Formats: sequence, structure tokens, C-alpha cells
Amino acid sequence: MDYVAAIDQGTSSSRCLVFDLQGRIVSLSQKEHEQIFPRPGWVEHDPREILRNVIEVVHGALDSGGLTVRDLVAVGIANQRETTVVWDPRTGEPVHNAIVWQDTRTDAMCRKLGAEHGQDRFRDRCGLPLATYFSGPKVSWLLDSAPGLRRRAEEGELLFGTMDSWLVWNLTGRHVTDVTNASRTMLMNLETLDWDDTLLDAIGVPRAMLPVIQPSSQIYGEAGDSLGGVPIAAALGDQQAALFGQTCFSAGEAKCTYGTGSFLLLNTGNHPVLSRHGLITTVGSKIGDEPATYALEGSIAVTGALVQWFRDKVGLIGSAPEVETLARTVDDNGGIYFVPAFSGLFAPHWRGDARGVIAGLTGYVTKGHLARAVLEATAWQTREVVDAMNADSGIAMTSLKADGGMTANNLLMQFLADVLGVPVVRPNVAETVSLGAAYAAGLAVGFWPDVESLRANWHKAAEWVPNMDQAERDRGYRKWKKAVQRTLDWVDDDD
Amino acid sequence: MPKPIQSIERASAILRLLSGRTRRLSLAEVAGELGLPKGTVYGIMRTLLSVGFVEQDPESGKYRIGAALLHLGSSYLDGNELRTRALNWADWLAARTNESVRLGTLHDGQVLLVHHVFRPDNSPQVLEVGALLPMHATAMGKVLLAYHPYLTEELGTGSLQRFTSCTITDPKLLAIELEQVQDQGWASSLEELIEGETSLAAPIRDRQGVAVGAIAISGPTERLCDDAQPRNELVSYVREGARTISRDLGAVPW
Repeated sequence: MDYVAAIDQGTSSSRCLVFDLQGRIVSLSQKEHEQIFPRPGWVEHDPREILRNVIEVVHGALDSGGLTVRDLVAVGIANQRETTVVWDPRTGEPVHNAIVWQDTRTDAMCRKLGAEHGQDRFRDRCGLPLATYFSGPKVSWLLDSAPGLRRRAEEGELLFGTMDSWLVWNLTGRHVTDVTNASRTMLMNLETLDWDDTLLDAIGVPRAMLPVIQPSSQIYGEAGDSLGGVPIAAALGDQQAALFGQTCFSAGEAKCTYGTGSFLLLNTGNHPVLSRHGLITTVGSKIGDEPATYALEGSIAVTGALVQWFRDKVGLIGSAPEVETLARTVDDNGGIYFVPAFSGLFAPHWRGDARGVIAGLTGYVTKGHLARAVLEATAWQTREVVDAMNADSGIAMTSLKADGGMTANNLLMQFLADVLGVPVVRPNVAETVSLGAAYAAGLAVGFWPDVESLRANWHKAAEWVPNMDQAERDRGYRKWKKAVQRTLDWVDDDD
Repeated sequence: MPKPIQSIERASAILRLLSGRTRRLSLAEVAGELGLPKGTVYGIMRTLLSVGFVEQDPESGKYRIGAALLHLGSSYLDGNELRTRALNWADWLAARTNESVRLGTLHDGQVLLVHHVFRPDNSPQVLEVGALLPMHATAMGKVLLAYHPYLTEELGTGSLQRFTSCTITDPKLLAIELEQVQDQGWASSLEELIEGETSLAAPIRDRQGVAVGAIAISGPTERLCDDAQPRNELVSYVREGARTISRDLGAVPW
């Protein structure tokens, strides 16, 4: 009984990592699941496949570490956020595939909801702009997708949940969700941390189908036979889990996770801060009976995805890490700036009418410069979000804690430090999403006494120090902003 | 499909034959084994020599696989790729051993540092990625030499550069140690590059079994050694880390 397991139920795969008391990785197992694309812009997952994979990877990680469920004191869950499942509790069967956060089928509904009031109609209550990501409109769409569903939901015959909720219900039989996941539905009031009738009515989601909102760190119940009765003791949205795993427990601490997209979260303490600069307000975590911690979040849609696009669609590289090799064949970007507004610009601009641009092209530019511009795009987008954070919080960031797969890219990490003008540090455990879920679960069962004991586990694995003079940084940022201007107003009504 | 080109087929057969032998082969032996006229084999061999895919011993006139071909096979794994694939387990090794971790690959007869994880004690440390280290005085270099024997000859027969009083400067003594490295599957550098610093390294292998890199921990000799011998548990952690990364690269477990 010396380990905590974390389930990271992500967009492309489910993983399980086992951690020891020092927060070190003991073993890992991973399994990808099918991405279902019924139409352009629609993305679905099969919730049953995900449940099977989750149970399989837990056992896989235990096996590869030579452990059994009896060695686990608790299991925590971190999950892809906003992805929506509706199921029949009598049969346990979903009534529809899960609608994934990337799915844009609620675009028209979101625009209609915002019609007279604009994108920020519900921002005061839920902290979020009207955008296709969030769960509420997805639930409403789903209930209207087949006859009878809405009536059954109103009568309590169907249940809604995000992935955490679906997994916990299946593992423990309890219909609950954690407060960080609930904060991504557009249905929860940020002040009361409860479902908000005004939002439920406006978006069209019956209260009878909603899970009970619980703290992020609390024993939800004991798993059944599939996981040998181990307590399920935490759930957090993946980005909130990463904030927790980076031990950003105090107001003013921030992290940025670099994956397909990138997510910068700043702990703002026990009060929600409404953004005036294009960020969203979300719950960071809630540990047992303690007050909730809030966060400001800057979401960048396309960072690692641009490297993947460069690999799969342009074909100049064979694998994502090779982008660094290609970028290092040149000394600078050759004067070009790549703004990857593939589906509009997100934080801090929120411009759906923008489309991607490579600005500054001349005959001098080579594929090496393109690779460089691809990487620099991630850094400049981070700079924009950091500026927005600094403006909203009134405190200038003094260093950035980075994690996620792209931290393996040294050129990017150095350039990031250069354009932010502050050191960028990577923690020893890059798997901060899983670590955060493990920490929250371990706290709930007393494996760790308090958050301070977790801080001692955080160690710096690498640090990149700024090495660019101010004039060059300012000039680059000026050019980047000009390139961003050139993406705007591209989409026309008849497109 | 167009007909296969006969001379390329024959060249491949020659290379395969040479790569399967530890000793050099004469022209007559190659021709005999493949059942080809000596004149034909000679023509192909001259071409392979000119591109560096085979080498000829100046004294005996016998042939063996050339360094250029071995380089092709061993350097296909991009250093940035290796770092990305090794990230979690390099962190794991640093956390387990409480020492700094480095990953190196071959680069023009030196060890190129492609990854560096700080010692997990939050002390000030500087990222050394991109640095070049000498082969003969580092644990990583010895591992790479031991698994790429043709490189040993490139070091020459003259005295090797001395960094400390412990540096092995005699190529003959180095060769003896490299044989041992190959047998035991790991290497050490006991204060051979920097006074007071020991490092321990093991090979990272790809699915073909080629040592594409080495992973090492380094630190003060008093932490890494007991009685001037590397501590067993640290050696096992280094080897376990190397094996796990190799497995992730597709190597068959050994």
C-alpha cells in the first residue's frame, strides 16, 4: 500500500501512471482510442471503449511495475475537459457517442444564444465566453438529436456527465462530478459552485440529469471488482490537474502545458477574477472542505498541432522532434511569421473570422526558416497570453513553469524564455497532468499530509534563461502583432 | 515492377557477407562464397570502396564493412527525436539516483549531448545540451566506442588527450577496457574527465540493436562510488533506464 495511481483520460489516449511517495513515476501504461469523425467539424468518442481502456491501462501499469491493486492507496482521475456523455443508468449504456470538446456542431447554437447579448452573455455567471468547447450546449444538442431523449432526461431517466463523471459512475456507482470539470460546462455558477438555473434554462439542460458537484480531492467511493475496491479519491480537468501537479498552490503561481494546444493557467487564489483581456475564469481545484481555488486560463488552440500539420500535411519532416533539427539549419526566421489561426484565433483575441497567415515571405526563405517560424509561433502566442495575464492580475510573471511534450524541444524553450524575458523552467516530472491527479487523490486519503509536503517533491529538471536583447525582442513582437493583424477579417459570410 | 538491377543486388550480397564476418575477407573468398567471377566482384568492390561502404586493409588487401555504412545505420535516429522519446525515463533516472542525467550520441568522433536533466536538488545548474565531449574520457563515450568497434580505430594509435591523472591515454589499455564494457553492458569514467567526478553510462539501442546513444548519471565520486568502485544500485538504475528507453524505441528486451 505505497502507491497512488493516476488515470489520465485524454483526447487521444487513456494512460495510467503509478507514483510513489516522493511523486516519482514508478510505471506507466497507455492505450489510444478511436477518433470518430461523422462529419467535418464533428468529433466523437465511444465512452464504452474509453471505460474498457481505462481499466486496461490501470492493470497494465500495475503489471509493468510488478504491483497489484492492493499496492494502491487511491486512484485519481484527470480527464479531457468538456467532452460530453449522456447515458441510461438502468442499462449503463450511453445514448449517443461522447461529443468531444473539439467538436463544433454547436456553433450555430452558440451564436444564437449570444445573438442580442454577444459572446460574453454568461461570462459573469460562469466565467466562459459562448464557444463550441463547453459542455452545456453539447448536452442540449444531444437531447434534441433523437425523439424522447429530452423527456427522459427531464424525468431523470438519463444522466449527463463529463468524462470524470462517466468513469466515476462506472467505477463506484455514484453520479458525481468535480468542481473543475463542472466549471467547464457553462452550467455552473462560479460564486455558488452549484448548477445555475438561469444558465440551465437558457441553454436547455434539465437539472434532473446533472451530477452532484463535489470537491476535486475527496473519496467519491470505492471501485468495484474491476479495480479491486481501491478508493477513487480525486478528479480534475486535465489542465487544472497540471496546475496542481506543478504545485501552483498559491495565488500568482502559473504553469503552461504544451501539447496539441497550450494552456496557461494562473492561480488567482480564493476569488474568481473576471478577465478584461480575453482570458477565461475557471475553478483551479477544491481540496475537501477548503475553499475553492480559482484560475485564469489562456487557451491557445494550435501549438503542437502546427508541428503535426507541418509533419503530416506539408511533409517536410518525418516526426515532430525533427522540426527542431530542421529549424537549427538556419540562424533565424528569415523574416517570416506564421500565425496558425487554423480555426480562428483563441485567447486573447477570440476572433472566429481569422485564418492562418505566413507573413513576410521572400525568395530568401527556406524550409529551415519555415520550421523556425512554426516553433516561434508557439512562443509568440504564449507571449500574448502572458501579457493578458499580467494585465488582468496586475502582477508581472517572473518565471514560467512549462510542461508537456513540447518541453522536449530545446530551441522552442530557449526562444520562449527569450521572447518572454523571464526564465522558463521544466519540472522533473513532465507528466504534470497525471501527477496532479495523483496528488489530489493522495491528499484525500492522507497519503500526503498537506500541499506543503508536495512542494518538496517539485524539482527543476531544466531551466532556459533569456538571452535576447530588449530591442530584438520588441522588434520581433511588433512583427508578430502585424502578422496577427493580417489574419483578421478573412472569413466572409458566403465562405 | 521493373526488373531488379543485377549489380545492386550483387553489391548488397557483398555488403551482407562482409557485415556477417568479424574478420576481413579477401576478394577470392568473397567471389567464392557468392559464386561470382572475381572480375565482377572486383568492379563492384572498387565502387563500394570509393563511396566508403567498404574498406581495404592496406597490408593484406582484405576487405571489411566501411565506417561510412556503419555511420548511416547508426545515425538515423535524430538527437532531438531521442531526447523526446527518452524524456520521461531520463527524469525518472535523475529522480531515482538524485544525480544529473545526460544523453549523448555520436557526432564526428565525439559525444554530442542531446539531453540534460538537472540533479533534482534545485541547486543552480546550467543546461549543457549541445556540448561535445571526448569519447575516451567519458562513460557515454566508452559505451558508444564499445558498441561501435570501428570507431576505436579512428582514435588512432597515438597517445590520447589527457584531462586528469586518471584519463586513459594508451589506446591499448582503452581497448582492453572497452572489451569489458561490451561484456558487462555499462561503462564508467572514474575521474577521467574532471577531477572528483564519476559518471556511469549504459547503451540505448534501437530495434536493430544498434547503440544509437548512451545515457549517463554524473556526480561526485564519493556519492557514486564505494571504495573506488561504482555503487551497484546506481549501475542498475542506469541500466534499467537505458533498457526502458530502448524498449520504447522498439528494441527487443534483453
